Amino acid sequence: MIKQPIDVIVIGAGIIGAACAEALAARGLRVTVIEQETVGSGATAAGMGHLVVMDDNAAELALSAYSLRLWKELVGDHPQRHEYSRCGTIWVAADEDELAAAALKAATLSAHGLACELLDAAALYAREPQLRPGLAGGLLVRGDGLVYPPKSARILLERALRDGALLVRERVRAIEDHGVLLDDGSRLQATHVVLAAGAASGALLPELPLQAKKGHVIITDRYPGFVQHQLVELGYIKSAHAAHGDSVAFNVQPRPTGQILIGSSRQFDTTDLAVEPAMMTRMLRHAIGYVPALAELNVLRCWAGLRAATPDGLPLIGPCAARRGLWLATGHEGLGITTSLATAQLLTAQIFKENAAISQLPYLPGRFQHLLAAPAGIEDDVPLTRPLPFSAMPPTANALADGRASPP
Amino acid sequence: MNQITLSIDARSISVAAGTSVAAAIAMTGDARTRRSISGQTRAPLCGMGVCQECRVVIDGRAHQLSCQTPCESGMQVLTMRQDSA
Repeated sequence: MIKQPIDVIVIGAGIIGAACAEALAARGLRVTVIEQETVGSGATAAGMGHLVVMDDNAAELALSAYSLRLWKELVGDHPQRHEYSRCGTIWVAADEDELAAAALKAATLSAHGLACELLDAAALYAREPQLRPGLAGGLLVRGDGLVYPPKSARILLERALRDGALLVRERVRAIEDHGVLLDDGSRLQATHVVLAAGAASGALLPELPLQAKKGHVIITDRYPGFVQHQLVELGYIKSAHAAHGDSVAFNVQPRPTGQILIGSSRQFDTTDLAVEPAMMTRMLRHAIGYVPALAELNVLRCWAGLRAATPDGLPLIGPCAARRGLWLATGHEGLGITTSLATAQLLTAQIFKENAAISQLPYLPGRFQHLLAAPAGIEDDVPLTRPLPFSAMPPTANALADGRASPP
Repeated sequence: MNQITLSIDARSISVAAGTSVAAAIAMTGDARTRRSISGQTRAPLCGMGVCQECRVVIDGRAHQLSCQTPCESGMQVLTMRQDSA
């Protein structure tokens, strides 16, 4: 059915696959995207769409800060097409310990040129009067924002299609060397295969170090002005990358419609997307602990999604030894909307053997030994599929990843 | 019959006890209650608490179902028919 030769097969049309397809098609490659479901309907639709700089480690900060710059370019003059809002994030400090953590975070972000402002309690309540009394303060990060991710995924994919990409509505049964086997028994072949299937990636390649983390999100009716910023507890940082145990964290977001998104939860060892009333209740109780008036709002809907998490909390972006010509763009956990655009640029730079704006090293799948792609020229006769020789990569111009490229 | 006086969009109105807020709103001569997300004005449809079109602000609480709420003395009702909120 696909007559033309294909340069790149992208598996998955979530935000990551759509961004990769857009970036690769813009460079003139013939791209075919394979998606069995509605574009952007998996984790892309389940998440909050928070565009947030995260600084748990230098590599996460480098990737998220770079990607936020790309988002500002993408939304550009038409922010409403993405339902973009530059709401900023307030990291809420419950006590003096958390306020000290906020001060550290402020120092890190400021050192990288990211606008932020430490808030004492009075400044916090002036901005967000719905927060419960007794909090210590917070950190306002001004450049953070939000989008409606399914729309952004659609926009990115439409751009790719305009640049000649094709969308194939099928299910991938297996990934092969330089190609895929589809459910209808047909095969597609290409120089490159990009796996961008989020939590479903593990079903296609069981050797990937991916763990699904289930999360619930609740949306309310419209209450314009109820809160002004995305509000996240600083304790979130402690729970976000935990590898076991169910947890909830306070995380609410004002949608441009006036609706409030309420999160968040993390559960392991389940891929069942059913809403669990017990987890929903726990999440709401915790959120009401921070914003008591949430208890008065009408909830419209609750749903769940799956984050694809790696052991070190960083995504897998780069060549993978499991198949010839295979590249990974998955494992973004809860940060995939933010980091999608940077992921696409890093992957494109690798495929074209160019330098990227930030160091690629922390995100290469080869940091997990069994995924390390073979050295160039040994087993692969297609030049473009060779991994970059790491030693040949120049020092990054971006100081963000300097000296701390290895994940913790 | 007992009369109850309440405020609808800052106008005082007296209705019989047991009247729903939605009915009191209709008695002002304009049954519209709210605006959709695209700005269209809406009015009660089902009258039995299902369609959600009758939502108004009652005593400061948004999204109250006016068709399911009996009028009370001194109640402050705000419809969204006049603004874009």
